[in-house]
Amino acid sequence: MDIPVFHVDFLNDRLLIALCAIVHVVINHAMAVGGIPLVALLEWRAWRSGDPDADAAARRIMSVFFVVTTTAGALSGVGIWFSTGLVNPYAIGSLLRVFFWTWFVEWLVFVTEVGLILAYTLTWPRWTGARKRAHVRLGFALGLASWVTMALIVSILGFMMDPGAWRTDKTLLSGMLNPLYLPQLAFRTPLAMVMAGAAGLLLVRWAAGARPDLRRSMTRAIALWTLAWLPLCLAGGTWYARALPPSMAANVPTALVTQRLVAWSHQALGALALLVALVASIATWCALRPTTVARGALAIPLLACVALVGTFERVREFIRKPYAIADYLYANGYRKDDYPLLNRDGLLARATYASVREITPDNRVEAGREVFRLACTRCHTVDGVNGIRGALHGLYGEAPWDADAIAAYVASMHVARPFMPPFPGSDGERAALGCYLSTLEHHRDTLEGAQSAGAATSPQAPRVAGAL
Amino acid sequence: MMPPVPRDIPLPLPAPRELLEALLILAFSAHIFFVNLTVGSAVLVLGFELRGRKERDFDRLARALAATVTVNKSLAVVLGVAPLLLLSVLFTIHFYTANALTGSAWLLVVPAVAAVFMLFYLHKYSWDRLAEAKGVHIGIQAVAVGILLLVPLVFIGDTALMLYPERWTETRGFLSVLALPEVMPRYFHFLCASLILTSLFGVAWFGRAKFPVEATFESFDRARLRRIFYSIAFTVSLLQFVVGPVLLFTLPSRGMHWTVVTAILLGAATAVPAVWMMWRETTTETASHRLPVIATSLTLTVLCMASGRHMFRGVALLEHRRAMEAATEKWIDDSAQAAYDAEHGRALAARGQSPGEELFRATCSGCHGVDKRIVGPPMTEIAVIYSGNPEGIVKWATAPGKKREGFPQMPAFAALGDEKLGRIARYMIETGEHAAAH
Repeated sequence: MDIPVFHVDFLNDRLLIALCAIVHVVINHAMAVGGIPLVALLEWRAWRSGDPDADAAARRIMSVFFVVTTTAGALSGVGIWFSTGLVNPYAIGSLLRVFFWTWFVEWLVFVTEVGLILAYTLTWPRWTGARKRAHVRLGFALGLASWVTMALIVSILGFMMDPGAWRTDKTLLSGMLNPLYLPQLAFRTPLAMVMAGAAGLLLVRWAAGARPDLRRSMTRAIALWTLAWLPLCLAGGTWYARALPPSMAANVPTALVTQRLVAWSHQALGALALLVALVASIATWCALRPTTVARGALAIPLLACVALVGTFERVREFIRKPYAIADYLYANGYRKDDYPLLNRDGLLARATYASVREITPDNRVEAGREVFRLACTRCHTVDGVNGIRGALHGLYGEAPWDADAIAAYVASMHVARPFMPPFPGSDGERAALGCYLSTLEHHRDTLEGAQSAGAATSPQAPRVAGAL
Repeated sequence: MMPPVPRDIPLPLPAPRELLEALLILAFSAHIFFVNLTVGSAVLVLGFELRGRKERDFDRLARALAATVTVNKSLAVVLGVAPLLLLSVLFTIHFYTANALTGSAWLLVVPAVAAVFMLFYLHKYSWDRLAEAKGVHIGIQAVAVGILLLVPLVFIGDTALMLYPERWTETRGFLSVLALPEVMPRYFHFLCASLILTSLFGVAWFGRAKFPVEATFESFDRARLRRIFYSIAFTVSLLQFVVGPVLLFTLPSRGMHWTVVTAILLGAATAVPAVWMMWRETTTETASHRLPVIATSLTLTVLCMASGRHMFRGVALLEHRRAMEAATEKWIDDSAQAAYDAEHGRALAARGQSPGEELFRATCSGCHGVDKRIVGPPMTEIAVIYSGNPEGIVKWATAPGKKREGFPQMPAFAALGDEKLGRIARYMIETGEHAAAH
């Protein structure tokens, strides 16, 4: 990391990205990619049956989707840009160099999408009678635009997991057509549709209003929509899971729960399957006996979907480790190619911002703390979420934390824990890190980020001259 | 103070720099147009609604103007993504460094804008429901405007900080960025521009033939609406002629160049006839057709200013960018060399050879054999003398003396450096001892 290190020690930096991303994915899938085609379908049904109440109900659902997507939906997307730029600038900066044109085209489609959603919502009361057909078409065009934006972004998500042929030829096209692209798209597309159904079920009572027959027919329609997409979603998910490279598949049990609970990963998988079954059974109930479903039960599919998608995104982010971009850039922000240099010269000597340059017997703890900041803070806090104190306590418990033992562990942790990147610094820095970490046994420490403490500086300049 | 020179991302730009810069100017102009309309409308809606408590038609005007915010605010956000991308690609390190140093404020922009937008919807859709509780209704808009006005400050602070690498190590959070000389003048320059643009938008929006003036207002007619908006545009434009020069003089001279000043002065010059025409419009009763001329001349102003601003950025960062390019190239070379060395060392170790062997062969084997004298003594002899003391060999080889009769003087190998000599020395002792034992 050659940028002042932003860090939120109580929360964990990656959680910031996760918060923005999960909110964004839930809104995007449920209310845009899947939500818009569902609304357009409901509008089409109302138009075909000539029922103005059904049309009003579809419009009410759309008004919720409109308000949520144009506020929290749009801004959480911007939030992903902001948080990734803060947390791992080298990763997002590298992705931008490779995928600039993908994102630029996605932006053009996104502008179209916003134009269409404004047009679709605002012309709803005016485009009636003979123009209704055009309005329904506008809805489906908007749905298509939403899907295209997702389809473009999924290529980048796949690339981060497995860059495929890009490793050798470094072209945009081979980066986009990575081995995980189509399987993931085949999973996400029906997933979005199922999520839209779940959101629709939550809103249908309120939207349909007082008429029982309308409630019945709309509930049934949305339930059937959900049930129709569910098998496709499972098929896509299976394809996607099978396409994962073996090294990533091996990370899945830890990703599902945590290291300490890894023995429970089968149960976790079972719980996820149960959630899917829950969505399916409530949708079936709604399809068969729409009037008997309790109001509370209608909220369950969406809650289950949020839990499933949250888990799924977390697993996807986790199994990619130790890399941010597979085989190119580690999650700690250092390129694989930077390692020989950093192993030889050290992180501190080479970093632009560091408070210590040379390790002496007097400054070992401070040097180790600085190494921790440069090498570990993208994923770990000192004492917050995924805190290193907790991890060390898990390893050594109440036995004295020995600096040399910790340093020796750091040297080989990537072998023992395949999701950890190898230690990027020199042997001296590893020893200093062990020293700093051993002090945490009895002393709490809080590492302040550049946003409050400023960039770390030292009177000595970094080493830029050639080494030999 | 010497600015820090971080290394850039060692991947090529996705397109020629000039193309990306042209896209940035275009995309940014489109973004800022709708940002100006959103901010300007939010402020004017609040002002009109307050005035509407005494004069009912102003409340109706506020409501009609608020209706346009729904579209403008969404376009402001979506059109902002492209400049964000382009800035991140063109000024990766500068931009992300400024972001990191103001991280808390920067990140809070996201929930702040989302909250403002939700308040806008709440305000828009509760106009009738809160007709009896006008104070609450106005309060909603006031809170939204209050939060919204903080957002440009963060963007202006961040994009200013990225131009001052020499200030990066002194920065302590967002508040210290506000003290940069150009930040507050730029902020007021932006606010004035927002009000001017929104007023001219108001002239066009409420002046178009399809707008139902009679159905909307009790006493306002087209001429009155036109005068309201033109007088705001004119007054704020005069103010802009004060704020503008202040901003120009607070810009650090490091980014100044005659082309920058020319672009900015050209922009100011094209604004003069527009302002004169605005004043004429506030004094005439009948509608004339000056708006397209005003809009054209102000568009030129904006383009000149945006280009001037971009040129300023280019000049200000030119030297620093070059230094960064050099540091990045050096980094790539160094890491390739280190990788080669490490790989080489590993390959030798895999063959059971010590890392010194290669160096020994290239440098020393001409004179020193394993157990026979070639020119100098063999390694078996040397190992006995320096057993457990490779430093002794290093010291000797750095500045050799003359020890033995009948042996020529050994040349100095100080140029190899202690590290390489050390490797050679360890290899020699190992090999010598090994050979003596067998």
